[in-house]
Amino acid sequence: MVLPLAALLWEAKKDGAQGFWQAISNPDAIAALKLTFGAAIVVVLINGVLGTITAWVLVRDDFRGKSVVNSVIDLPFALPTIVAGLTLLALYGPDSPVGIHVAFTRAAIVLALCFVTLPFVIRTVQPVLIELDVEMEEAARSLGAGQLTVFRRVVLPNILPGILSGSVLALARALGEIGSLVLIAGATVHDTVASIYVFNLIQDGESSDAAAVAMVLLAAAFVLLLAVGVLRFYVTRHERA
Amino acid sequence: MPRRIVLRGVALLYLLVVLLAPLAMVFYRTFENGLEPVWQALSDPLTVHAFEITLIAAAIAVPLNTVFGVLCALAIVRRRFRGKGLLNAFIDLPLAVSPVVVGLALYLLYGRTGWFGPWLQGHGINVLFALPSIVLATIFVSVPFVAREVIPTLRELGNEQEQAAATLGATRWQRFWRITLPSIRWAVIYGVILTTARCLGEYGAVAVVSGRIEGKTETATTRVDDLVQNFQTSGAYAISVVLALIAVAVLILMTLTKPKEEAL
Repeated sequence: MVLPLAALLWEAKKDGAQGFWQAISNPDAIAALKLTFGAAIVVVLINGVLGTITAWVLVRDDFRGKSVVNSVIDLPFALPTIVAGLTLLALYGPDSPVGIHVAFTRAAIVLALCFVTLPFVIRTVQPVLIELDVEMEEAARSLGAGQLTVFRRVVLPNILPGILSGSVLALARALGEIGSLVLIAGATVHDTVASIYVFNLIQDGESSDAAAVAMVLLAAAFVLLLAVGVLRFYVTRHERA
Repeated sequence: MPRRIVLRGVALLYLLVVLLAPLAMVFYRTFENGLEPVWQALSDPLTVHAFEITLIAAAIAVPLNTVFGVLCALAIVRRRFRGKGLLNAFIDLPLAVSPVVVGLALYLLYGRTGWFGPWLQGHGINVLFALPSIVLATIFVSVPFVAREVIPTLRELGNEQEQAAATLGATRWQRFWRITLPSIRWAVIYGVILTTARCLGEYGAVAVVSGRIEGKTETATTRVDDLVQNFQTSGAYAISVVLALIAVAVLILMTLTKPKEEAL
């Protein structure tokens, strides 16, 4: 693991700082990085909200088939990403039976990233919600707090670390995703995400430019992992004390 | 309570639109002309070969990463050493970093102008665009799963039982096989399932290093891509359905073996 990453660093630095900056500040590279970070942030917001709602439904609600729904959440972890891309292409591509054709647009990128990052927030919020004492909410309600106040003042502070760490993991995943995107958003050379941009550079033999953009993705991954570590440290502060 | 129904509706609709409806569509498209074309597509020798490559890579990567994962978990939980934090962070890296970046790193190491490439080629060993690079890429991306599952279980377990066994004269091996391993076995199994799923489904890193030569270094996932690009969609759907069925089997196994304590 260490050696390949060292080789990557070496290749990125081979052309010196100037070459590195040139590769990064290439308009196509900037566009790709912007699109990647933009789409990833949009997706994380969508999954942050809908993931929290889904986690709440899975813990507090009760309906037929709930356990099946609960198992289905992990599907994006188990399904190969290329298959995920193909499923989206089948339903939302040119042959769409429902008349929604978003393939090769930014909506497709967001859709694919929503698919692959769906479980993260749900799976970090769910255990916290299970542990959370319902009595605390009842106490707040008996003291006259409305539904919204209870959620905002009692539930949210407790599950926020879970939402955040799930979101950070999802962000890391979304930034590096390629498999689900190549089929539904990969045909265009320009206006594509960073991972596909890097992939195309490698295919063209421009490995030092590829390494430079890859370094940006690697650095982002490191920072996000660090953020998860800090969050984990913060969450367990009571247990460690 | 209407609010409850609304939230339930929102959650289920989201799952349907993003997850279930697309998956159902692939199954429909695959079987809309009956079983015959599916069987034909799957018995294409190139497709069979692609599945073989995928299985070989998984068969090497899964046992290696299982042993490595358990050792790493034991080291991280039970021992104190310099660089422990670093090891802990490094294990997670494949989860966060793009598979393309992993592929590029291997490419630079073993390529024609890479660090090891020329030497290996001089000795008649081709790593890049051959099976070894596919195996390496698969190993790299599936490193974290076993360790990630075993670490929280080991923490929970504590080491009193092992100490008790040690005072009764059990050797290190005896303690591992008789006490530690049986206690963490479900976490290990769960980790192995996740590792296997990741190995079979890897695309990005393999796509970079394998060269995707039809009938030689194509894996099941890269073949799906190539078939779609060549407008042979029925073949792509057939492979996808097989991979999706494996994923469903993995889900069922995961539900059955999931450790009760869900850790962050």
